[in-house]
Amino acid sequence: MSVRTKLLNPLTISALVGTALLVFLAVAGPVIWGTAAEATDVSSRLLPASAAHPFGTDELGRDVFARVLVATRLTLLLTLGATAIALIGGVVFGLVASILPKYPRRWFTGLLDILLAFPWLLMVLFFTVIWGATATGAMLAIGFAGIPSFARLVYNLAASVSGRDYVRAARVVGVGPVGILVRHVLPNIANPFFVNAAATASVTLLSFAGLSFLGLGVQAPAYDWGRMLQEGILRIYINPLAAVGPGIAVVLAGLVFTLLSEAVAGSRGDGLRAVAARAAGSVTITARRRELAPEATASDRELIAEITDLHIAFPTADGGVIERVRGVDLQVARGEIVGIVGESGSGKSLTAMALAGLLGDDARITTSAHRFDDLDMTRTLTASDRARLGVELGMIFQDPLTSLNPALTIGRQLTEVPEVHMGMRPKEARVRAADALDAVGIPNATARLKQYPHEFSGGMRQRAMIGMALTGKPRLIIADEPTTALDVTVQRQVMGVLHRAQEETGAAIVFISHDIALVSAFCDRVIVMKDGRVVESLSADRIREDAQHPYTKALIACLPDMTSDRTQPLPVIPPELLPEALDESIESLDDAVAPTINDREVPV
Amino acid sequence: MNALEIDDLSVRYGRTRVVERVSLAVPKGRTLGLVGESGSGKSTIAAAAVGLVRPESGSIRVDGADAVGGGAAARRTRRRMQLVFQDPFSALDPLMPIGDSIAEALKATGRRWTRAERIARVRQLLAQVHLDPDRAGERPGAFSGGQRQRITIARALAGEPSVLIADEVTSALDVSVQGAILNLLRELQQELDISMLFISHNLAVVRYISDEVCVMRHGKVVEAGPTEALLAHPGDPYTQDLLDAVPVLGERMLF
Repeated sequence: MSVRTKLLNPLTISALVGTALLVFLAVAGPVIWGTAAEATDVSSRLLPASAAHPFGTDELGRDVFARVLVATRLTLLLTLGATAIALIGGVVFGLVASILPKYPRRWFTGLLDILLAFPWLLMVLFFTVIWGATATGAMLAIGFAGIPSFARLVYNLAASVSGRDYVRAARVVGVGPVGILVRHVLPNIANPFFVNAAATASVTLLSFAGLSFLGLGVQAPAYDWGRMLQEGILRIYINPLAAVGPGIAVVLAGLVFTLLSEAVAGSRGDGLRAVAARAAGSVTITARRRELAPEATASDRELIAEITDLHIAFPTADGGVIERVRGVDLQVARGEIVGIVGESGSGKSLTAMALAGLLGDDARITTSAHRFDDLDMTRTLTASDRARLGVELGMIFQDPLTSLNPALTIGRQLTEVPEVHMGMRPKEARVRAADALDAVGIPNATARLKQYPHEFSGGMRQRAMIGMALTGKPRLIIADEPTTALDVTVQRQVMGVLHRAQEETGAAIVFISHDIALVSAFCDRVIVMKDGRVVESLSADRIREDAQHPYTKALIACLPDMTSDRTQPLPVIPPELLPEALDESIESLDDAVAPTINDREVPV
Repeated sequence: MNALEIDDLSVRYGRTRVVERVSLAVPKGRTLGLVGESGSGKSTIAAAAVGLVRPESGSIRVDGADAVGGGAAARRTRRRMQLVFQDPFSALDPLMPIGDSIAEALKATGRRWTRAERIARVRQLLAQVHLDPDRAGERPGAFSGGQRQRITIARALAGEPSVLIADEVTSALDVSVQGAILNLLRELQQELDISMLFISHNLAVVRYISDEVCVMRHGKVVEAGPTEALLAHPGDPYTQDLLDAVPVLGERMLF
């Protein structure tokens, strides 16, 4: 994203305009409206709102609107002062904590945690007692009460950066702790830090209003928005705007701070919140259908799943659209094991996820036909359709640690399908879950059901995932890189389990991997994908002989195996055959969402 | 003459001993492949060598000099080993121009560099790993996974190491990129006469790049020897298991 587009999005513009307005009021407010705000006129006291006095007048006949504008300076100064105290204190304590040796660090963070355990308001009131109920006292109180949470934030951010490999690399070359802090940690925590700083400022603003409202902050004759709120509330039935006016000012200033934090987050382009992407995603949930699905023919009955002319596109951060799958046809026969092989960005996982109807809302999917068994997946699915998919479709992902819920026992997760979708009693469901674990070779199944995912090893977790697919009556299992995180020996065991599961249930399998050797050793048929298209489809056992496409041939050649010639450099894929960079196919959003007659919701 | 010599090394995390009395040696100018399943302790050996974890007992020597301990001499010795990481996406500071990341590693040489020397050396290193030296000012985000791995290799070379430790450097990469990185490592090794400890769980990759192989399991060395001989006639059933588990293109896996 260029600097120009960063500055030109509506969010940044509103944040800048709002900030400019606040700065202007803080600087020029007392100069321009100072006289009007101080001019007492007993004859016109306690007037309701009128053209001359937009928010009415107070008991001394002073114009409330002018006073709100003038109060901007004091309110903002106090807010920024308190925020600055919290930030500076937080950075100092947080960073010191992050470079302390192990044991002092534990004491220090323990102390921070104890301070955090106190309600924030209690801390503020405590400090107010120390420094007295004055404006400066309130500023110090709110500032100091904010230090523990900021210190904890900075410490956590610093700790997460310190664990990264680039910090380890710097340690290996001999960069000291201070050097690492300045060169690597600070720049990398700056973004979340500033976002939180702006958000804190808006909370601080509210706290000041609260303290002054309680009579603990700014004392007469000085006034800030909170104090004006307090005075106005007494007369809320006579002149509501005397209280609502300062309230509006608080809300508007708070909004400006929030906008500013969003703008800081978005403009750094590091993806904290790609606002433009969200905006684009929210309007493009619908997809289109080119033509009506053809009627099922006799040969279709041999297929368990089929998808035709699949296109999948995603909105990009700068408002464009990127097409990741470009016209893929995939047919899976009953009981067949189909492998999809391709490199990152080839669209292999997206294709499988679309086949299972599992893509998220931000994907824009178009197909001309998509069915699972006799179910037309292009129409909106009913609850019973979804229940059927839950039973008959099994999914296995690469990382079972993220796809199994760490907070629930294995048993709780394995009984879900039988209980929720198959209507079994809890007892029957547990028997079925235990049978499933037994089937994937996990000993002591009944006892294992009571354990949590972290108590299983990587290979065991993957077996449990396969077991979960078996608790239903799977007719299609989609396995997306199920062994990529595992060692060859464990991979072999897991593949064995998958193989037996297939033999016992007769389910078809779509097996996705980047490893062409593994795919060819496990599957009946291999589909090679590149850049969102199918390159070719080959019989697995004749892959070496039958490969026609230069990309497939290159993919086979460049893979070292146990017979590679060690004296020669490995063949590499020639540049013209390499997968293209992902961002080369950005088309404009307008072209991509050209409306068609058959616009419809994507089934989820 | 051995460039890296590890003798009777044990490492403990809390109460678990993850490396138990391991001895291995990387001969000068050669590559030792370290294979084993995850949790076998192979990455811990790398971390102990460069000083990221403290060994419980045992010795680590680089070109004959002791690399264990907190003294200045040991620290200097440790810098004669440089590490290339598995994940090229987390191994580079996302906000730092890649030229600066590489220049930072010049510190490991222990010499003083003028600004002009630094710039010239960074350009030379980028050219050595076949990247455009004019891109030194760009951030990691502008590079692909394979290119980033080349940058981390350039950074490791900047320290002028005697031993390069490559920890699973190709496992996060696509197949099409993996070959190119392996070729680059071999080429650099011949050019610069570097010794290499190559850690991987991929037997085919280890076989291709290593002169000698050391098989680890549960923190211990199972067996070690010249690559061809050891993989052709493994002496330990575990090595045979590893070999059998490697999938072969077009050959049905039997269970």
